[in-house]
Amino acid sequence: MPDKTVTARYAARRGKDIAATALALAATAFGLGWLVLILGALLWEGFGGLSVAVFTQMTPPPGSSGGLLNPIFGSLVLTIIAVLIGTPIGIFAGTYMAEYGRYDRLSSVVRFINDILLSAPSIVVGLFIYEIMVAPMGHFSGWAGGVALAVLVIPVVVRTTEDMLTLVPNALREAATSIGLPRSLSITRICYRAARAGMVTGVLLAVARISGETAPLLFTSLNNQFWSTDLNQPVSSLPVVIFQFALSPYKDWQSLAWTGALIITLTVLALSITARALVPSAKQT
Amino acid sequence: MQSAEKQPVADIALSERVTLPAEALARTKALDRFRLGDAVFRHLTRAAALGVLLLLSGVIVSLIDGSIPAFRAFGLGFLTSERWNPVTEIFGALPAIYGTIVTSIIAMVIAVPVGLMIAFFLTELCPQWARRPIGIAVELLAGIPSIIYGIWGLFMFAPFLQRTLQPFLIDTFGDMPVLGVLFAGPPYGIGILTSGLVLAIMVLPFVTSISRDVFEAVPGVLKEAAYGVGCTRWEVVRFVVLPYARVGVIGGIMLSLGRALGETMAVTFVIGNAHRISASILAPGTTISASIANEFTEAVGDLYTSSLIALGLILFVITFIVLAIARYMLMRIERRIG
Repeated sequence: MPDKTVTARYAARRGKDIAATALALAATAFGLGWLVLILGALLWEGFGGLSVAVFTQMTPPPGSSGGLLNPIFGSLVLTIIAVLIGTPIGIFAGTYMAEYGRYDRLSSVVRFINDILLSAPSIVVGLFIYEIMVAPMGHFSGWAGGVALAVLVIPVVVRTTEDMLTLVPNALREAATSIGLPRSLSITRICYRAARAGMVTGVLLAVARISGETAPLLFTSLNNQFWSTDLNQPVSSLPVVIFQFALSPYKDWQSLAWTGALIITLTVLALSITARALVPSAKQT
Repeated sequence: MQSAEKQPVADIALSERVTLPAEALARTKALDRFRLGDAVFRHLTRAAALGVLLLLSGVIVSLIDGSIPAFRAFGLGFLTSERWNPVTEIFGALPAIYGTIVTSIIAMVIAVPVGLMIAFFLTELCPQWARRPIGIAVELLAGIPSIIYGIWGLFMFAPFLQRTLQPFLIDTFGDMPVLGVLFAGPPYGIGILTSGLVLAIMVLPFVTSISRDVFEAVPGVLKEAAYGVGCTRWEVVRFVVLPYARVGVIGGIMLSLGRALGETMAVTFVIGNAHRISASILAPGTTISASIANEFTEAVGDLYTSSLIALGLILFVITFIVLAIARYMLMRIERRIG
């Protein structure tokens, strides 16, 4: 009976479809489950340790209580250095690629290289900075850590700046030129303004990316048990302290590591959510 | 002389009325300033763009420079030697290369099918209102710093695996002739398998979000035509969407592979840092990045440091090739979308 085989084949196809749908649902639950598990573990282990002392006291020696003031301060300083160095270079490079050389060869080469830098292993960046800064200077330093992070900021900012400037309608540029504005002013006064929200997003994403970066800091800014504002000295930073404390056998250190991890994660999540909230307004312009 | 040359520009603008020479001169000066500013700005941006190129070449040159002593001492045997002994200063990269590749393979074997299925869910099955929140949740997973995966892996995931999955694997496959070798030894908790699994969780969001983007780029007409001839949703994805998006999906997979190969902190916590090649994936091992992270600051002697930098160079070359292929493939699909 041909009718029967058709029905059977149809049932088989429906069966496959249902199986695939179930698998897709399971995969999604599996994927999101990790987010819940990891955030849950962080809150569970880290929240109990959150207190005023964490933000006001130095990292303790093993066996006594203390806080994370010096690594938090160090991380802030390193991030600021990285943003101050990385953002202008990134914005200028992105500007060249979107405004002056949108179709030239240099831009396409830079775009390709930049995309590779964007996902290059960050530990290699640490080695690079060690070779060009730490080894010649003869000591680990906060500057080296800041520069290492700046190297990670640049590709993110280049990418978003270029993307956002490309979205700026040409009519704006033509209008600026028609009233006699020189090219540089039409870029800085008109295009930057139109693309501002998107460019800020890029910087926020870059900060989110570097605030958890550990690998490039391990042998550039190293770590410092004490309060130090001298950038020629090793500087403490949250990720490195987490790394050191988590692998230590001391319970106090481990619980401080969890608290630090919670602080970093909340910071990163806040930054990426803010960045995302800015993006729709960037697309409207 | 220069200002006389540029005089006509100002003159044309002012031809309708009589102007004082002083005003004309001021205008010329202003124009000159603009011209200078323009040139400076243009060159500044160009220099920054060249700076990005310089950055990459700087990385390559410094790594090559730093690894010369190691390659001079061990030659190409560095790549194939299994020994890593800081005391006698004999170093070989093979265990680290092996660990890097095996953990990445484990990660991709798990993350790719799961990621593709999530992308299938997000583009075809998910109700419209839930798409954005789920998409954002996946991207948040991608934003969590790798050290968090590390600490979680060490304190939560590894003990969990030690109690559940690893004894199960040993009991089930341990006595089988071929598979048994893979799952030999005690359940340490940390090791190659655990690292691979943590990496899988880490790269899952990358695979998912890129696959979703390429799936969404498939023209609606193609899918509608397939639905029109009576295809089920799975058939549409399997026979229309996937073949169309193939290049982009492979590009996305390579990109995620690049991340997995270079990932440092998540792996360093849970790999065990043992420079040896074990057939069992339950045994501790090491990866290139974990070796560097664990040993670099403690490395005494130029040869030790240089060997670690040489490991970094190897890692960079591997990821560079993988990422270049990935970008090339993604560029191809971007061009097709237009």
